[in-house]
Amino acid sequence: MSEVPQRVRVTGPPRQRALGQRSRVGDVTEQTPLGGVYLRSLLREQLALAVRVLATVGVTVVALPLVFHLVPSLSEVRVLGLPLAWVLLGGVVYPFLLLLGWRYVRRAERNERVFADLVRGEAEDEGAP
Amino acid sequence: MSTDAVPGVVAVLLVSAVTLGIGTWGLRVSRTTSDFFVASRTVHPRLNASAIGGEYLSAASFLGVAGLLLVGGAEMLWYPVGWTAGYLVLLVLVAAPLRRSGAYTLPDFAEARLGSKAVRAACSLLVVGVGWLYLLPQFEGAGITLEATIDAPEWAGPLIVGTVVLVNVAAGGMRSITFVQAFQYWLKLTALLVPAMVLLAVWWDDGRPPAAAPDHWSVPVSGGGAIGLYATYSLILATFLGTMGLPHVVVRFYTNPDGRGARRTTLVVLALLGLFYVWPPVYAGLGRIYGKDLVAEGRSDVLVLDLPRLMVPGVGGDVLTGLVTAGAFAAFLSTASGLAIAVSGVLTQDVTTPLLGRRLGRPAAGVPAFRISAVAAVVVPVVVSLVVPNVGVAVSVGLAFAVAASTFCPLLVLGIWWHGLTDVGAVAGLAAGGLGSGGAAVLTVTGAIPSGWGGALLSQPAAWSTPLAFVVMVVVSLWTADRAPAHARRFLVRLHTPEALDASPGT
Repeated sequence: MSEVPQRVRVTGPPRQRALGQRSRVGDVTEQTPLGGVYLRSLLREQLALAVRVLATVGVTVVALPLVFHLVPSLSEVRVLGLPLAWVLLGGVVYPFLLLLGWRYVRRAERNERVFADLVRGEAEDEGAP
Repeated sequence: MSTDAVPGVVAVLLVSAVTLGIGTWGLRVSRTTSDFFVASRTVHPRLNASAIGGEYLSAASFLGVAGLLLVGGAEMLWYPVGWTAGYLVLLVLVAAPLRRSGAYTLPDFAEARLGSKAVRAACSLLVVGVGWLYLLPQFEGAGITLEATIDAPEWAGPLIVGTVVLVNVAAGGMRSITFVQAFQYWLKLTALLVPAMVLLAVWWDDGRPPAAAPDHWSVPVSGGGAIGLYATYSLILATFLGTMGLPHVVVRFYTNPDGRGARRTTLVVLALLGLFYVWPPVYAGLGRIYGKDLVAEGRSDVLVLDLPRLMVPGVGGDVLTGLVTAGAFAAFLSTASGLAIAVSGVLTQDVTTPLLGRRLGRPAAGVPAFRISAVAAVVVPVVVSLVVPNVGVAVSVGLAFAVAASTFCPLLVLGIWWHGLTDVGAVAGLAAGGLGSGGAAVLTVTGAIPSGWGGALLSQPAAWSTPLAFVVMVVVSLWTADRAPAHARRFLVRLHTPEALDASPGT
């Protein structure tokens, strides 16, 4: 979970860059081996995040036909006077999908921020005279 | 019957006039070729999301879902759920990278990613094919609606919708269409929501009579044991994965300012679709109480249009009928416009601009080429819908999703996440998925399908054709690994790197 304290990079206030210094952005866009490592890590993070979201949809929403197929008595269940399947697939599912999407956007943007900080921060450490 | 037609006529005229009005207003700010195609990429996420919603909610959503639910019950809820969940899949797998690829259309993406004219041609062919397959039911639905509400001859609907769409698209391109589409989402939501509220109040006043429904109505799986389970999962796969491959949806992602904007837009779309899709089940439930004759007569498609008059007598019923007719008409107009834009965009780049250039002996101007393409994009499906007998709105739309899931979905997903995709692999996968699902579609439409497993496999092909396309694409790519484009890694860098890094590398 995101609440677990993570390693935080503590840096000083932004410094003026000296001439001739270069950030790692070049490494990423020019595909040096180091840039490749950075990018592969970002790609893996984002893909893992996407797979996690899809797996969540898989075991909750997509599993429903199988569950109803295996436990036919579920179709007798009523919630607020409506059949369970109608409550789940006609209403509850939409806020659920929205919630998953919202969490995904937050985490994907955080991954990108961490990546951007990493690429830029590296230059400041290394470029110090 | 003549006075019954008044609210419908007024609604159709009003929606057409407002659509053309907003379209003309958009013309004043639409000047360059870039404006025509992708609104110069400056559309705000909220406006863009409304436009996507307006474009996406077609006749199948506005009329078809309620009718399907009325007859089939809970198993049909997978249509609206899949059409919404498709955007979550799109969000997590393709939204931001697709925008960052910087391409105008799907063929542009394929060519930029794989550096191959052959893949580009295959994609152009598929965009036009899927687009026309999806336009056909829009025009047919328009005919059915006008026949049901204002007693017009069946050819009137396709002709009216086709004309309005053509004038709008040819005049303003996508910028004006963005405003039109956004307006039409809210019109459709109002046209579905307000009558639903009134009808619920009427039902409450009646002492809340219970719905008389058969047992299968509360089971979210098709009947028939394992075959039913297969059919349900195939539908889920087609709708969840097909959304990202619909040409009129994908083209909208290029109008976002950046990758972040693309994600935010998709999120708002998820909310807007959820807000819309909770209402068709209300119509289906009330239809089980007040509209039993519709099921018996096999006219469930007009449930949304007929229910207000069945429940509310007099002027109130007429006003509500006018409102739902306006919503249905907006649904045809907006989806048809979006598809026409996507198809004409591809035709402009790959057919009319080169042809015009050759004829004139110099590079052709973009805007005239776009207008000629728009005519072709609209006229072909209108003529087909007038000549060919009805295929059925839900059938055509479902098959369009299955074809999109079996072709563009593997191309986009592998192209964005796997550097090993090659041009030969992509063409092989597109061919396997396209011929598989497309062949099944042709057999289904012509009615040459057996019963039992064979029929299920042909009428719901996505569950086998999509994995087939993925496997063929990967295996053939591995086989031809030496053909992987040299710039593949660099391209992936661009797709996954936040724009903030490009824009201001030094700060």
